[in-house]
Amino acid sequence: MKHIKTLTSATLKQTAAHGGCGECQTSCQSACKTSCTVANQKCEHNK
Amino acid sequence: MIHRYSKNGLNFLLDVNSGSVHVLDDISYEVAGLIDENMSENCPENIVNELSQYNADDVKAAYAELLELKKAGQLFADDDYIDVSRYIPTDAPVKALCLHVAHDCNLRCKYCFASTGDFGKGRKIMPFEVAKKAIDFVIERSKGRKNIELDFFGGEPLMAWDTVTKTVDYARSREAETGKKFRFTITTNGLLLDSDKIDYINENMDNVVLSLDGRESVNDEFRKTVNGGGCYDIIVPKFKELVDKRGDKDYYARGTFTAKNLDFAEDVVHIADAGFPSLSVEPVSADDGCGYELTEEQLPTIFAEYDRLAEIMLERRKNGKKFTFFHFMVDLNQGPCVVKRLRGCGAGYEYVAITPDGDIYPCHQFVGKDEFKQGNVLDGTFNLDIAHQFAGMNIYTREKCKECWAKFYCSGGCSAANYNSNADMNIPYELGCKMERKRLECAIYLKAMEQMEEEL
Ligand code: SF4
Ligand code: SF4
Repeated sequence: MKHIKTLTSATLKQTAAHGGCGECQTSCQSACKTSCTVANQKCEHNK
Repeated sequence: MIHRYSKNGLNFLLDVNSGSVHVLDDISYEVAGLIDENMSENCPENIVNELSQYNADDVKAAYAELLELKKAGQLFADDDYIDVSRYIPTDAPVKALCLHVAHDCNLRCKYCFASTGDFGKGRKIMPFEVAKKAIDFVIERSKGRKNIELDFFGGEPLMAWDTVTKTVDYARSREAETGKKFRFTITTNGLLLDSDKIDYINENMDNVVLSLDGRESVNDEFRKTVNGGGCYDIIVPKFKELVDKRGDKDYYARGTFTAKNLDFAEDVVHIADAGFPSLSVEPVSADDGCGYELTEEQLPTIFAEYDRLAEIMLERRKNGKKFTFFHFMVDLNQGPCVVKRLRGCGAGYEYVAITPDGDIYPCHQFVGKDEFKQGNVLDGTFNLDIAHQFAGMNIYTREKCKECWAKFYCSGGCSAANYNSNADMNIPYELGCKMERKRLECAIYLKAMEQMEEEL
């Protein structure tokens, strides 16, 4: 594409299939006790 | 749903439901502002006319590229793949505990949400017997989950050192037989650290959170010892020893900014340069009228400061002095699954806090609010109604979140903050939302810059 550069393509939808295993860290605990961002968490699936 | 924004000459187009992120040139960015999900096969004339400052063929070509994205499911994707009802957990396993081993503190920080450590309920240390019951509780309640997180919190957990070490030993002793894996975190103000404790923490804790607000003057304005002096000079050398010996294990220096240091980027840089390049500095949650609370009027200043911080980080990356700012971290590719993004922190059902008396609350921020008390580990009570109430909340049940472009990054915010500001866990804390969205824009910008620099 000439006008558009895609940084990341649709990935969320695929995660719906295997998602929800629940082995990942709880969000608030990783660093800071009042944080609410999940987007920086790691997925633990298949680890 | 889409979100467009420009920052420093880069134009972004986020497609919310698919999670796609695109960087656009000026023409396609303008075109994107004129389209909606009902895109026709050919570029409508009114778009060409409206953008008459550009060459018509270029406008049409840009439109065609946007249409291509749409067909590939990367623009105006719908969210019908998300079956919300399926993801509302009933009887979900509890897999993370916040153990309030000490409702006591040896600092007197002015902004402390725990009322200088005792959560308004009297100073107390958790006896090991209670901690042991808490471990038994989480082993049983975690059901099939393997990974269990245990966070030693307070007050100041180092004041309950004996309980901490015994709890670690006990949890470890049950891992083999139960097939569980415990991950420990400790949050400390540093005052009681000595070499033995540092070595113990580095060996046993998967993560450490070190409380430090930034520049000495800023830190000491709020983080006071019992005598009213500052704590900076006492804690920083100890934190340094800890981090120097820690190797590549996780840690975070964590600070708070208030209305008194709206130039908090200076504090971020200060912490990084003091030897703690893995850090987080967060907005204070404080009552209106306290004199240091953050207000709507300060938002432009705060936004400009986040922008400035992002530029500082870019600069630093170039001269090899890079640091990690927790709130600007976003993983665009391998982040958590959509189910996790829907629900967020899990407070009240996956994650609970335990007080020194064994009382169970939805999370550390709810401790002491009697109406949220869920049970007690000593008598084994656990109120599932409260757990289900928490489990039932997500970005689709919160009206404002449903309409918000940031929902899959933010996961619906903090129930405690919502409750504190609106007396309703389902109504987002607006000021927090505005800062969250700003940080996300910065985070995605930084990610884009990184990715593009790598490709050069
Ligand atoms: S930023 Fe606010 S409105 Fe948006 S998802 Fe987060 S809590 Fe909800
Ligand atoms: S309710 Fe708020 S403070 Fe409590 S765990 Fe969730 S995000 Fe953290």
